[in-house]
Amino acid sequence: MNPLSVVARTVCNLFAWFLAVFGIYVIVHGHLTPGGGFQGGAVVATFMAFLLVAHGGRKMQSWVRKELFTLMECVGLTIFISAGLLGMSNTFFFNFLAKAGGLFGSTVPLGPNPGALNTSGTIALMNLSVGLEVVGGLSMILLYMFSGVHPEEPFGREETGHDR
Amino acid sequence: MIEVLHLSILVTIVVSGFLTIWFRNLLSSVISLAVLSLFISLEFFYMQAPDVAIAEAGIGAGLSTAIYIIALRACGRKQFRKEGER
Repeated sequence: MNPLSVVARTVCNLFAWFLAVFGIYVIVHGHLTPGGGFQGGAVVATFMAFLLVAHGGRKMQSWVRKELFTLMECVGLTIFISAGLLGMSNTFFFNFLAKAGGLFGSTVPLGPNPGALNTSGTIALMNLSVGLEVVGGLSMILLYMFSGVHPEEPFGREETGHDR
Repeated sequence: MIEVLHLSILVTIVVSGFLTIWFRNLLSSVISLAVLSLFISLEFFYMQAPDVAIAEAGIGAGLSTAIYIIALRACGRKQFRKEGER
């Protein structure tokens, strides 16, 4: 797959970063605002889709490795399961971090507030891990789809796809 | 006023869904499917489900459109003309 024109590449290079920042915002504020790990992860995976469509699969495979996304999936799932198992002294998925001080452990202030980010215990941790896992999984689906199409197309030739 | 806005969102969903199956060019069809997804996500937001709206805008309008365009780029273009069609 050959890259698209200069205009499409420039626009995708610019707006992909806005998408990534918005997706990370949705993941991090998962326990305060609408959205969470899955929604933010899908938005961040759209970053990878933009770059893949604009630059083509060959250049993208020289930038990132598929093992990176496998690692992200494994780390996300491990954090999720261990956050569930660490509260096992009470119940499965017991929120042992909430109101304990430390990481995500401060108390929620009473009344209307702009949103305290360091609250809610393991829920924020699980949002982060689900976000990591969804980014890895969806990006890997896109990369494998791209590596499956036209492996024999020579480099530098004019593109013969359907969208021309 | 708000009913007119809501009605226009619903009409746009129906029109873009019709255009999706009406276009002969597959790229135009995929783009109007993305418009359908975008307006469905607006409808979710109007129905006070912003969570589902974000998921629909990310998955429906972003990722699935990209996957359709990848699949279209993988296909070659070939046109068949019927008898009597110019």
